[in-house]
Amino acid sequence: MYLNQFLLLAAVLFCLGVYGVLSRKNAVLVLMSIELMLNAVNINLIAFGAFRDNVIGQVFSLFVITIAAAEVGVGLAIVLLIFRNRADIDLDKLAQMKG
Amino acid sequence: MLDNAWLIPLIPALSFLVILFFGKRLPKKGAEVGIAALGAAFVLSLLVALDWIGEHVPRHAVHKHTTWFELGGIDFGAGIHVDGLTVMMLVVVTFISLMVHVYSTGYMHGDRRYTYFFAALSLFTAAMLLLVVSDNTLQLMIGWELVGLCSFMLIGHWWEEGVNSGAAIKAFITTRTGDIGLMTGIIVLFFAAGRTFDIEVLNREALTGGIGHGTLLVGASLLFLGVMGKSAQFPLHVWLPDAMAGPTPVSALIHAATMVVAGVYLIARLYGVFFAGFSIEAGGINLVAIIGAITVIIAALLAFVQDDVKKVLAYSTVSQLGYMVMALGVGAWTAAVFHLFTHAFFKALLFLGSGSLIHAVHSNNMSEMGGLRKFMPTTFWTFMVGSVALAGIFPLAGFWSKDEILLGAAENGFPLMLVVGLAGAFMTAAYMTRACYLIFAGEYRGHGHPHESPPSMAWTLRILAVPAVLAGLLNAPGILLFNGWVEFEVEGVEHFLHHHDFDPVLAVGSLGIAVLGIAVASAYYFRGALNGLSERLPFLQVGHRILVHKYYLDDLFLAIVRGIQYPIARAAYWVNQNVLDGVVNGVGKGAQRTAQVVYDVIDQRMIDGVVNGTGLSAEEGGSILRHLQTGRVQHYAALLFGAVAVLAMGLVVLT
Amino acid sequence: MVAQNVVFGILAVVMVAAAFRLVTTQNVVRAALFLAIVLAGAAGLYILLAAEFVAWVQVLVYIGAVVVLLLFGVMLTRAPIGRDADLDNDQRLLGALVALFLLGALGAVLLDAFGAQKVGDITIRRTAEVSDSIFGDFVVPFEVASILLLSALVGAVALARRD
Repeated sequence: MYLNQFLLLAAVLFCLGVYGVLSRKNAVLVLMSIELMLNAVNINLIAFGAFRDNVIGQVFSLFVITIAAAEVGVGLAIVLLIFRNRADIDLDKLAQMKG
Repeated sequence: MLDNAWLIPLIPALSFLVILFFGKRLPKKGAEVGIAALGAAFVLSLLVALDWIGEHVPRHAVHKHTTWFELGGIDFGAGIHVDGLTVMMLVVVTFISLMVHVYSTGYMHGDRRYTYFFAALSLFTAAMLLLVVSDNTLQLMIGWELVGLCSFMLIGHWWEEGVNSGAAIKAFITTRTGDIGLMTGIIVLFFAAGRTFDIEVLNREALTGGIGHGTLLVGASLLFLGVMGKSAQFPLHVWLPDAMAGPTPVSALIHAATMVVAGVYLIARLYGVFFAGFSIEAGGINLVAIIGAITVIIAALLAFVQDDVKKVLAYSTVSQLGYMVMALGVGAWTAAVFHLFTHAFFKALLFLGSGSLIHAVHSNNMSEMGGLRKFMPTTFWTFMVGSVALAGIFPLAGFWSKDEILLGAAENGFPLMLVVGLAGAFMTAAYMTRACYLIFAGEYRGHGHPHESPPSMAWTLRILAVPAVLAGLLNAPGILLFNGWVEFEVEGVEHFLHHHDFDPVLAVGSLGIAVLGIAVASAYYFRGALNGLSERLPFLQVGHRILVHKYYLDDLFLAIVRGIQYPIARAAYWVNQNVLDGVVNGVGKGAQRTAQVVYDVIDQRMIDGVVNGTGLSAEEGGSILRHLQTGRVQHYAALLFGAVAVLAMGLVVLT
Repeated sequence: MVAQNVVFGILAVVMVAAAFRLVTTQNVVRAALFLAIVLAGAAGLYILLAAEFVAWVQVLVYIGAVVVLLLFGVMLTRAPIGRDADLDNDQRLLGALVALFLLGALGAVLLDAFGAQKVGDITIRRTAEVSDSIFGDFVVPFEVASILLLSALVGAVALARRD
């Protein structure tokens, strides 16, 4: 197996995640895209860990998973609050910082 | 003591300062300080004289110099040069000054500026002493100018009256005209003698041929111009009679005994320069002798037509100064100096005596005097002593000194000067007889109650009468002490001046002429035999008128000033107002216009444009960039990722 | 080795397809489903790379908790369930461009850097080794991460409280 196939796969997933972050109106969908990106990163880490014959890759990816979970929790809490205040989580309408 | 002769000018200088600052608060209003200082200076002068006399023959002058600063290789400093001439001058100046100080306590009593007067007297004495002890021409000039200043101050002592201030200005300006010559002469000699101001060096260079004859002549002539101004020689003598507007003690001190002899002293001190420059050895005629001779005659003539007693004495002083200058011109150095010595005493005596008369009669004019012999015996006797001494009657002081001058003229080959000297002796005796007659004989023509003067004045007269009688004996044949003490010596140069033996024929001859003068004048006034002669003969009338108008010299000078000086002054004023001020104003206007342009174009448009432009661009840029702030997170995210991608590509491409 | 490559190929295709559908579907619930597929695929990849513990944690945490949480979020925010909701904003083109550009950059870099290097023989790492590393070398990050979880928990509760 080539190393590059894992890395390229991860790159594709990451870029799809970027597209999702940039073009989705629903906040929850944006969060999903972010998860996608994080997963791509994890794949990278594991691939490098196997390439380097190291356990650090796995350890680090465990930490990433942990933090991703925490982040989704807090993010959803924020989305809920926004929904409570505005009854809508359309990101296009959240433009009060417009200068 | 010789080494410390610099103390002698210092003491009166200090007393000047003390009187100036503290005089008014002192019990005697500063007079006591002045008298004490002069007394101390006189004592020191006597000590210096004794030291000098006690030196082993041949005596060497004490020459000490300290450098104040050096500039461009030229040494500027102060120093003392003490020899016989210096010692004599120190004694004379301090003695006469002391007498005048004591006299002034009586004469100037209650004066409006009593303290100031004494301060000025001290300053004058200090300056004169500075002049006398100096070893370089620069210091001499400083003293010279200072005495001129003090003379100005003291002549104009009662300046509230226009006559007095006018006289002071006339004195100052006339002497200043002469000072042009003095300064130029000093500079010429400075360069000629190899860049030095030192008097010994100047004399030596002049006598040993170190300076070219032409340069010497020019330098000596220029210096002589200064002498003409200061010592009232023809034609710059016009200030001295007018200077009688000052208080009588001032006239006695400055315009009889000390300041006016500064010019004679200058010639005597720098005699090497004059002797070589004017070729006095050759005999015949030279500038110095001629001017001196002319001065003798014209001043003596003027003394005959004066009503003011002080003016008579003033013209007499001018005439006697002419004698001294003439003596120097014929090579009779010691005679001239000796005459200076004796003249100081009897002229000061005469002036102080006249002061006593004026004090009693409250008028200067002899027409308001007369018959004062009865009222003022002391003044009468001392005045007579002074007059007889001045006329040159044996055995008083004037006889010996005048005789030496005539001897010099005869033996050194100046026959013309001999004739002039004899004529002068005749006239001196005559006009003094006239003066004495008008004052003391006959009936009192005035209106007041004349009385003898207070002791401060009377005793001064008595004291001064003593040297007037005896001073001449210092150089009487057989004694000849003065000759030994006071000689013209330059180190390194052989003695070149001749001393002539006493000629009894000449002595008797000059005595006879003087007696003849007295006789003629007596015949004119006392007996009345020749009375009214000037009214009867038209030729004498014309002469009388010329004399009364002082040879129209004053008018000549005034015409010169009006004709030449005023137009120059007016032209200069025009140049100043139009050209110079025009330039200055033009510069100012130009600057103003430039500033206006700078303001309008540069400041308002360019700089403000830049500044405003910066502000405007910031505003415009801001309003453009504002559109980036949509408030929508995803736009920001897009920008972020886009930038990262670009940067990454950049990095990749670059490395 | 062929088997590994085949498995990898299948997993890769599935993941990419699911990810693509994740970002383009108009149905929120289906998006969540596609996410779950991607995550499962990732777990498979981990097993392929002999990271079994991580694969199991991935399944438990991501698929078991995160997807459920996201679905709860969908429910609570009354997202439109159904097809006719428009879920893309007007930045699609720009986003696509950025993403493609980024992909190009990354791809170029990766190909350039790693060329044709192989992963080689992979040592099987037991869970024990992983835990040794965590509680040995990386115990401080572990503690920090646990505090982070605590703070996230507290924060989420504080934020979402209804009072």
